[in-house]
Amino acid sequence: MATRDEIVESLAGMTLFADLSAPQLQGVAGRMDEAFFADGERILRQGLTGSGFYVILDGEVGVVVDGRQINTLGRGEFFGEISILLQKPPVADIVALRPMRCLVLAGPAVEPFLLDHPRVMYRMLQALGRRLTGANRARS
Amino acid sequence: MSAADERPFPPGDYPVVVVGSGPGAIQLSYELERLGIDHATISADEAPGGMFRRWPFFQRLLSWTKPYAPEERTTRAFERWDWNSMIAERPEHRALQAEYMDGTSDFPSRPEMEQSLTAFTERTGTRIRYGCRWTATRREPGPDGDRFVVETTDGEYRCRIAIVAVGVAEPWSPSTPGIELTAHYADTRSAETYAGKRVFIIGKQNSGFELASGLLQWAARITLASPSPARLSVVVNSLNGVRARYVQPFEDSALGFGVDILNASIERITRSGNAFHVDLRQTVDGSALMLEADEVISATGFTCPLLDLPELGVATFGQAKLPAQTAFWESATVPGIYFAGTITQGAAGLKKHGMPAFSGAVQGHRYNARILARHLGERHFGMDRDRPAIRPRDLLDYLLDEATGGPELWHQKGYLARVVSLGSDGPRDEGILPLTHALDDGDGDSLILTVEADGAGAIYPVLYVRHDGRTEEHALDSHPLLDFRTTAHRRQLADMLKRVVPGVA
Repeated sequence: MATRDEIVESLAGMTLFADLSAPQLQGVAGRMDEAFFADGERILRQGLTGSGFYVILDGEVGVVVDGRQINTLGRGEFFGEISILLQKPPVADIVALRPMRCLVLAGPAVEPFLLDHPRVMYRMLQALGRRLTGANRARS
Repeated sequence: MSAADERPFPPGDYPVVVVGSGPGAIQLSYELERLGIDHATISADEAPGGMFRRWPFFQRLLSWTKPYAPEERTTRAFERWDWNSMIAERPEHRALQAEYMDGTSDFPSRPEMEQSLTAFTERTGTRIRYGCRWTATRREPGPDGDRFVVETTDGEYRCRIAIVAVGVAEPWSPSTPGIELTAHYADTRSAETYAGKRVFIIGKQNSGFELASGLLQWAARITLASPSPARLSVVVNSLNGVRARYVQPFEDSALGFGVDILNASIERITRSGNAFHVDLRQTVDGSALMLEADEVISATGFTCPLLDLPELGVATFGQAKLPAQTAFWESATVPGIYFAGTITQGAAGLKKHGMPAFSGAVQGHRYNARILARHLGERHFGMDRDRPAIRPRDLLDYLLDEATGGPELWHQKGYLARVVSLGSDGPRDEGILPLTHALDDGDGDSLILTVEADGAGAIYPVLYVRHDGRTEEHALDSHPLLDFRTTAHRRQLADMLKRVVPGVA
């Protein structure tokens, strides 16, 4: 179990939130819920609507498409944002590969959150750009 | 024989031990008894009621019961209109809360809730050993594998399954410098003692706004502060916000009349004479703010009093230290330890569109208890589930009736589901199950029906169709009067089912 102070400290060390002040980080910690997923538990389900935005505090998840794991994500990484931005169901299952703690922002809360924190939105765009570059490189 | 000896469940060996005597423990104990599962229920309290023996501070619940709802009180359908009563098999044990309301409000008073819980235990014969405080827990080898030893003030209880239903009722305060100078919500004095005082409340959840609302007529000025903005339930369309009962402080703040609602972190609290100095830093721009108050109250929430369970390996998360749980409310890290009551909110489910389950309240966790008892019966005591057949031509009406009035689906939206299996012997009713279990752990073709909300105000049924190993989600249209038994819904549902249920009308 992480205290609010520990969560703020974790967030401060993540690239996504690197531009925020201490009070802003406290505000972020208050707006997001902490969640725990056991080893093997599904977090997002391919094709089902209504998902959220997840930031991994501790642990690891697998990105699984049609039953095949194509990637893993770990501490400081995030998932679920594409589905929310595009308002489409996730195109992959996200499954905990070991016990995983994360912060969750509900889908409808993501847009106001990003508009309130444009520097987080900018960092997210950078991360998405890196993922896109990586995917293009893998394809070519 | 002494009075103490006449109490039920003396220390000893039991298959199941339940700890608690609030609504969660009462409902679970009732369900275990109904299924014939031998168990002991113990509680540190001297009477039923749990947290309702103390709170809410201003003596009026946040959950309503509508005594004159459109359904008969003795029916299952009435449960949809009653957030407070225990659920029961026999009609005379149902809807007891409605009997204990004085007509002044649809929100029962705290004593009325306590009376209804006491009446339920007395009328149903639900037994609890009161005055028996759980003090520690350990594991030891038993004849059939490890078992738990529940240590209490009356002696030791040994069991294969321990179920903890002790609420989320231990006051919690953050580590802010000077927080020890403040009073917690749990220690709030009677309202009139705040007359003429400047009251500073840390926290902008329901407990903070409950205090603010109750003190409006007494306090000289009220300030509420926390880093994140407060959200109103009527704005976010869920109970994941400040309840409509506590809107008045928002209006006073918006109009500039003696209530301030600040988004700010509390940096430090100091005391000088009779006055408190509160140093704040505003979330929006980090600017400093200092104010003086005569009273500072921490409405910063509660945690689960899990005693030594974390040392036994029970993983917890969040400020409330909720135990991480499986879909059936078993510890995700220590098999054999289960949870009931408001702690079951630790099994959050899908929270689609951010909509939380109602497991933190009676109207939600009473169904969790029924499902848990049945699950324990099947998994640990060799009981078979009743799986009545449904004629294909009756299926549409059955599902649309459930979507329109099924209390489990309405109180636990997007969390509990009506499941119908589609085996070689035709459709069979598998009952109400956790949605995550139905989606992730089930096998074979099935129909999984929920009622869901999208967070923007729409409420509608969703049918998940599992066929040939794939699950498809189909949302039915909403309806202005939330009645899904229409020709259009029937046609829509028939279209979804015709591929997987031969003979559906």
